[in-house]
Amino acid sequence: MSDPHQHPTAESSASGGDTKPCVNCGCAGKTATRDARRGFMFRFGAALLGVGGAIAAVPILGTLLAPARRQSSAWVSLGRADAFPIGQTRFATFLNPIRQPTDGDAAKTACWVRCISPGKYQVFAVNCAHLGCPVRWFAQSRLFMCPCHGGAYYEDGSRAAGPPPRGLFEYPWKIDGGNLLIEAGHLPGLEQST
Amino acid sequence: MRTPRMFSLAIDWVEARTGAVAFIAPLLTHHVPRNAKWWYVFGSATLMFFTIQIVTGVCLATLYAPSAAEAWESLRYIDEQVPFGWMLRALHGWSSNAMVVMMAIHMLQVFLHASYKFPRELNWVTGVFLLFTVLALAFTGQVMRWDQDAYWGLGIGASIADRIPVIGNQVRGLLLGGPIIGGETLSRFFALHVFVLPGAAIGLVGLHLALIMKNGISEMPKVGATVEPATYRAEYEKRMEKDGVPFYPDAAQRDMVFCGACLVLLVVLAAVYGPFGPGGQPDPTLIDTNPRPDYPFLWIFGAVSLLPPASETAVMLVAPLVGVLVLVAVPFLANAGERAPSRRPGMVLIASLAVMAIAALTWEGKTSPWSPVMDGWSALPTPGHFLTGRTPLQVQGANVFQFAQCRNCHSLDGLGGERGPALDAIATRMTPDQLMRQIQQGDGNMPAFGRNLDSAQMTALVSFLTTLRPEFEAPAVIPGAQLPLPVRRMPGEVSTPVAAGSQ
Repeated sequence: MSDPHQHPTAESSASGGDTKPCVNCGCAGKTATRDARRGFMFRFGAALLGVGGAIAAVPILGTLLAPARRQSSAWVSLGRADAFPIGQTRFATFLNPIRQPTDGDAAKTACWVRCISPGKYQVFAVNCAHLGCPVRWFAQSRLFMCPCHGGAYYEDGSRAAGPPPRGLFEYPWKIDGGNLLIEAGHLPGLEQST
Repeated sequence: MRTPRMFSLAIDWVEARTGAVAFIAPLLTHHVPRNAKWWYVFGSATLMFFTIQIVTGVCLATLYAPSAAEAWESLRYIDEQVPFGWMLRALHGWSSNAMVVMMAIHMLQVFLHASYKFPRELNWVTGVFLLFTVLALAFTGQVMRWDQDAYWGLGIGASIADRIPVIGNQVRGLLLGGPIIGGETLSRFFALHVFVLPGAAIGLVGLHLALIMKNGISEMPKVGATVEPATYRAEYEKRMEKDGVPFYPDAAQRDMVFCGACLVLLVVLAAVYGPFGPGGQPDPTLIDTNPRPDYPFLWIFGAVSLLPPASETAVMLVAPLVGVLVLVAVPFLANAGERAPSRRPGMVLIASLAVMAIAALTWEGKTSPWSPVMDGWSALPTPGHFLTGRTPLQVQGANVFQFAQCRNCHSLDGLGGERGPALDAIATRMTPDQLMRQIQQGDGNMPAFGRNLDSAQMTALVSFLTTLRPEFEAPAVIPGAQLPLPVRRMPGEVSTPVAAGSQ
C-alpha cells in the first residue's frame, strides 16, 4: 500500500497481458515494458522446456514404444530330423532364438512336430489359434485339444471343432545337415502367424 | 496442567505453519444426512482395503524379485522362508479380492440410490475410473505371481490384442513389451502394478474424496424428493444445516464398526486360507496346464467362452469400450428427477440383470463346462453297469470310447467332460445309423472321427453306444418307422393332421 506505483491491474496484466495505465501516475509506458519483458521471459522459458522436453522424449517414447516394432524370428534347431518317427506327432522344445537375458524359463518354447513321410514335416505352435492356450496331442484320436475353450484340431493342424477361427499356426521348417530347423521367435498370432 | 498447555501450543505452532487443522477439521465436522445409517459404509471399507493394499504391497515389493527368471522362486521364498511372509501375501491377495467386491457393492448402492445425479456426476465418473484402475491392478497383480496362470493369461490377453484390425500386432507388442512373454513383460507389468496404477488410484481417490467434500454426502432417496439442478445445492445446504449430523462421530462410528469387522474377517480369511498361488512354474514347455483367471475376471472368461465364435472378435474388442462409455455416461443420461428405486424400476432391473449376469458368468467361468476334461479318457472309470451283460464287441466299443478320448467331452454317470452331451441315454435319442454319421462327420462342436478311427473301431463303438439307455426306455428308431402305413383315402375324406412331434 505504501508504494504509490502499485498497479491495481498488475496481477491481471501479468496473466492476461492487459496493459492499463497506472492509476496513480499514469506511467503506461513502464508497465507495458515490464509486461512485455515478463511475457517474453515466459515464452522463452516455455521454448526451453519444449526443446529440452523434445530431446528427453526420444528415450522415453523409444522405451515405451519400441516393442511395437515388427516382430522378429530366427532359425533354430529341433535336433536330428530322423529322430521324429514317420507317421507320428511328437512334442519338441527349443530355446527361443530371440530371448532376453532376464526371460528365465519363459524363453523355453514348445511345439508339435509331425513327420508325414521321410523329409516331410509339419511343425505346429502349441498356442491355440483361439486365445493362445497350449494345445495337447492325443495320438489315439489323432486330435489336438485345447484345455481352455475346447478347440480341437486334426493331425494336419486344420480346425476340427470349437471356437478357433483357423487351424494351428505352423512354423516354416527346413533340413540342414540332418537337423530339423524351424523359423521361430515371436508369439504366433492371427495378424502374423509365425 | 502443563502438558495439555504444551500440547496445544505445539498444535498452534504447527497450525500456524501448515494450516493442517483448518484442512482436516471440516473433514470431520462437515454435516452428513441423518438418515444414511448403514448404507454408506461401503466406500469407506473400499478405502480401507486400498490402504491395506498399499501397506502390504510396499512390504511385498521389498521381498519380491521382479525378474522373469526369479519372480516365481522369490514368491516361494516369501511363502516358505520369510517370517510371516505367507501371511503378508495372503493379506494382499484376499484384500485385493475384497476391495473389488466392496467397490462393486458401493457402486451398486450408488447406482440404485441414483446418488450420481446433480451435482455428483463427477463423483460417479471418478468412481468409474477408479473401478477400471482397480481392475487393472487386479489383472497386473495376477501377472506378478508369474506362474502358469499368469503366463497363459498373458497369452490370452495377447491373443485378444492381436485381433485388433491393422495394428493388432503392434498393440500386442506394446502389451507384452516385446515379441514374446518374457522378462520385459514382467518388468512392464511390475512398473504398471507398483508405480503407474497405484499412483493413478491415489490421485483418483483424492479427487473422489475432494468431490465428496465439495458436493456433500447424498441423502437417502425419498419418493417425491426430486433433484432439481437449479435449486438443489441451496436446498441441500439448508437441509444439512437444519437436519444434518457431523460426520464425526455420528457417521464415522458406523464406518469404524464396519471397517473393523471387515478387517477382522480379512485377517481370519488370510490366516485360515493363506495366500493365492503361485501355481505351477512359468515354463511354457509344461503344457499340462489348465489356465484360469482370478475371480474378478472369471465372468469375462465365461463370456468369451460362451460367445458364438463368429461374433467373438467384434464383441471382445468393442464390448469393453461400450462398457466404459455406458458407465461414464450414466449420470449424464439422467442427472435430475427422482432418486427413489421404486420410481426407477428400469434402473433397478438393469442393475439386477447385471448382477445376475456377472454372477452366472462367474459360476460358468469357475466350472467351465466347455473345457474338455483332458485326462478324462485315461483317469475316469467306465461305470460297471454299462459293461455287465454286454457282448465282446460292445465291451470292445467301451474300450474305443475311452481310448478315442470320447470321455474328455462326454460324461457317463456324471463323470467326464461336459462339452458334448452326456451319453448315458444316447441310444434313446439316436439310431445306430445316426450315431455312425455323427461320429464320422462330427459337427460344429464335435470333431469328425471318420479319418481317425478304422471301420472295426467304429463298428465296436456304435455297438457299445446303442446299449446306452435305461432299461425301461425304448431305443431310438428311424423317424417314421413306427408310424402306421399311409391309408389310401377316398375322395372328399378329411385327412387327420399328423402331430408335429411324430415326424
